[in-house]
Amino acid sequence: MADVVIEQGGVARTARPRKARSLRNMLGRKSTVAFFLTLPLILLIGLLVLYPAFYSLYLATLNKAMTKFVGLGNFTFLFKRETFWMVVKQSCIFAITAVIFKALIGFIVAHFVHNIPGKKQRKWRGMLLVPWVIPPAMSTLAWLWLFDPSYSAFNYTLSFFGVGPIPWLGETFWARFSVILVNVWYGAPFFLIMYLAALKSVPDQLYEAASIDGANWWQKMWYVTLPMMRNIIAITTLFSLIVTFANFDIVRILTSGGPLDTTHLFATWAFQVGIQSSDIPLGACVSLFMVPILAVAAIFILRDVNKRGNEA
Amino acid sequence: MSTLVIDKAGPTRKLGSMSRDRAWALRWSYFFLVLFAIFFLTPPLYMIITSLKSSAEISAATNPWWVFHPTLSNYVELLTSNQFLRFFWNSAIISIVVVIVTMLISIPAAFALARMKFWGSATLATGVFLTYLIPDSLLFIPLFKMLAVIQDLTGITLLNRWYVLVFIYPTLTVPFCTWIMIGYFASIPKELDEAAIIDGASWLQTLLRIFIPVALPGLIAATIFAFTVSWAQFLYPLVFTTSVDQLVLPVGITTTLIKGDVFNWGQIMTGALLGAAPPLIIYAFLMDYYIAGLTAGATKG
Amino acid sequence: MLMADVALRKVVKRYDDVEAVRGIDLDIADHEFIVLVGPSGCGKSTTLRMIAGLEDISDGDIMIGGDVVNDVPPKDRDIAMVFQNYALYPHMTVAENMSFGLRLKHYPKAEIKARVTEAARLLDITDLIDRKPKQLSGGQRQRVAMGRAIVRNPKVFLFDEPLSNLDAKLRVQMRIEIKKVHQKVRTTTVYVTHDQVEAMTLADRVVVMNKGRIEQIGTPNELYHKPATRFVAGFIGSPAMNFIPCRLEESGGKLNVRLTDRISFPLPPARAARYGALPRNDGLLLGIRPEHLTESNAHLEPGVETFDTVLDVTEPMGMETLVYFSLDGTPVCGRVNPNAGAKDGAPMRLAMDLNNMHLLNEETGVVL
Repeated sequence: MADVVIEQGGVARTARPRKARSLRNMLGRKSTVAFFLTLPLILLIGLLVLYPAFYSLYLATLNKAMTKFVGLGNFTFLFKRETFWMVVKQSCIFAITAVIFKALIGFIVAHFVHNIPGKKQRKWRGMLLVPWVIPPAMSTLAWLWLFDPSYSAFNYTLSFFGVGPIPWLGETFWARFSVILVNVWYGAPFFLIMYLAALKSVPDQLYEAASIDGANWWQKMWYVTLPMMRNIIAITTLFSLIVTFANFDIVRILTSGGPLDTTHLFATWAFQVGIQSSDIPLGACVSLFMVPILAVAAIFILRDVNKRGNEA
Repeated sequence: MSTLVIDKAGPTRKLGSMSRDRAWALRWSYFFLVLFAIFFLTPPLYMIITSLKSSAEISAATNPWWVFHPTLSNYVELLTSNQFLRFFWNSAIISIVVVIVTMLISIPAAFALARMKFWGSATLATGVFLTYLIPDSLLFIPLFKMLAVIQDLTGITLLNRWYVLVFIYPTLTVPFCTWIMIGYFASIPKELDEAAIIDGASWLQTLLRIFIPVALPGLIAATIFAFTVSWAQFLYPLVFTTSVDQLVLPVGITTTLIKGDVFNWGQIMTGALLGAAPPLIIYAFLMDYYIAGLTAGATKG
Repeated sequence: MLMADVALRKVVKRYDDVEAVRGIDLDIADHEFIVLVGPSGCGKSTTLRMIAGLEDISDGDIMIGGDVVNDVPPKDRDIAMVFQNYALYPHMTVAENMSFGLRLKHYPKAEIKARVTEAARLLDITDLIDRKPKQLSGGQRQRVAMGRAIVRNPKVFLFDEPLSNLDAKLRVQMRIEIKKVHQKVRTTTVYVTHDQVEAMTLADRVVVMNKGRIEQIGTPNELYHKPATRFVAGFIGSPAMNFIPCRLEESGGKLNVRLTDRISFPLPPARAARYGALPRNDGLLLGIRPEHLTESNAHLEPGVETFDTVLDVTEPMGMETLVYFSLDGTPVCGRVNPNAGAKDGAPMRLAMDLNNMHLLNEETGVVL
């Protein structure tokens, strides 16, 4: 017995350093491989996302010719401009109203589509998602044409009801209405698809159990459907809030911010100031104002996504 | 079953009222769906209608919802215009290269993040997701300035060159594609790679011969996403390119077909329709993958 | 033919602070069918995965065919593994699944085909060769997974709970199938299961594991009749062995075992000789299997003692009836003839076969 123990100790003694070394090599090899696999991703994010993000912070502290450091000068300058506060207001009105209507329409239509049986449901779903598939720059052109001051097809139709002509893009109220309408048109199908997926994931047995418990339609909605969809509703809404808040294409093509800068969002105004008027620091400064709102939404999304991850 | 039919006064009445409710719900659903479908489909239909009209018919201000003298002249004109074809070609080549670059970056990274736990891998995965939430409108100004600075330093022309978009677009496509590929890869049972290891596959063989084929639906969804995002991108090309021969379709149509106050709507609508065609065609054929990719972002996480 | 024996020397597996496997020594002979059995979390799967090379070993050595393979990657260990969820490649046909390993090693096409055909014939899946895993039933998938192992012609087969995803009937069928295959190919096999029936029916030798250690190694019969510990005695056999607190007493020059105030039996001579040196105090357990607690009859063998009790519950199983009663609060199970007239709540005279009793130290769990 003692012999065996000694012998085994010997084996172990000779074997261990070798094993330890090769194990470390193997671990080293594995994480080296992993590092090289993720290197392109890290470089891309580092050089073309993170670096420009911080570079923009630096740019925002320069004067227009970018020759002098002005500290927070650009920010204080913005705070004094009425247009800036209008952009803040309009961005919030635009994003919040559009997201609410997108979510509502998406939710309602998702229920209608969910009612349709089998194969037909696929067709309806396919048809209703079309606005989301068309590049927004292209579809906004169609809206621009529908809103055309002299040839508007909407006004033509409305004239039969004795309404109009409505200055779709010419007056502040209607211009704001129009950009929101187009954004809702473009974004509602996304909500529809997400909510439909969520609806499908609610097991039928829950509804059957609720029926047996005597729940009516509203109660089923309130106690079964909504709680089961809660997470998807939250994530979709927050995500859409970010995208809508940062929207550029629709306003740029439809109104270019007009009339009188009243439909400008951060993105379109930053473009006008930074690129068209070549005041890069001020433009950078304007777009940086999106960061706090985006950050808050991102934190909430991340929390929900992590929660989902933990559940799974 | 037969007893139910005979006993009409009994339980069938209850059953009948249930199915009658359902039938009404269905009818109302159809009614509202038709209304929403009109709302959702009016712009694209109006594009088609206008694209079939001549300039004369448009300026005559007849019923805008009807084509009295259909003509394909707009299509013929655009499809024989070198400038328009140039836009199309630029868009196509950029989108295809971006898809390839995206896949070459995303797939290995997703594989590493899903299967090789290493120092910082969890943080990196979260970082990838956060990057996806950073919009283009936050980065276009610093990127523009960066390109200008690099151009001055190296003497390589970067601004007003379409190929620079090939480097910029992946910032929009790679994070999401990596994120959903992580989800797809992570859903592959661990035993499958263990079986492959025992069968003697290296990690590269495991990736190429097991993971990619098994996660093919996810790969298709990611590819569609990368392509449609690249094709539809408007802000970056608007900022980074200006010469007519460097433009991509969305920018080309909005800037060259709208000349001052002269709107040739027939051609604009035709151009927009042709510009919308590739994503629509992909969508028509690969709808399920498209939708899977769309919902994957939130449900896979 | 290469020797394909497997040896584990003081093998330890640590995850951070937790020791999943705490120093295992095991010798598996060439051609042997070894089953590792134990409750979940006992370290049996970890041990198997260390033999496969899917887990690094924290300490000790693993040898296959006499060579230390601690640092050898799985593909070079010449092993094949069958997983619990089969782990078939979903995008490959049955033939492709089976030949994947051979194709990676660039075997000649003709040989691959020959081996796949042979394995398919052996497993009776020739007709399924071009199907995808999705089109197969659970049992068929299991066969394919085995086929994938067989075509490799490895030194060692490793099975990781291969039958636990199948329904009860299929499990019995596949169990027999696995045994047949092993009889034909004679490959050294390490098989992990939590099902003691599977372990008993398949194994040449069974390794009972508990809490990262080996409790006992032996043939199925040895484990059943000569368990070394309370854990093994309780784990092997169904319904499980009864453990009744007892005490040794001397009365009239004979050694008795006292179960309750009322019930005390004289030990048969062989047992009395074996237990004679034990202290006469409490802290002992009488281990008796249900089949050695039967109805009393007229011709009692020597060493079989009777006692009266009142049954709590009876379970007719068809060929036998299980009876449950308690002795001073300890629940006990017996197995009686279905015609013995056992009824719920009724009194009954039972017979205990003390020739098959075990005596255990209650504290250490060691069978004395």
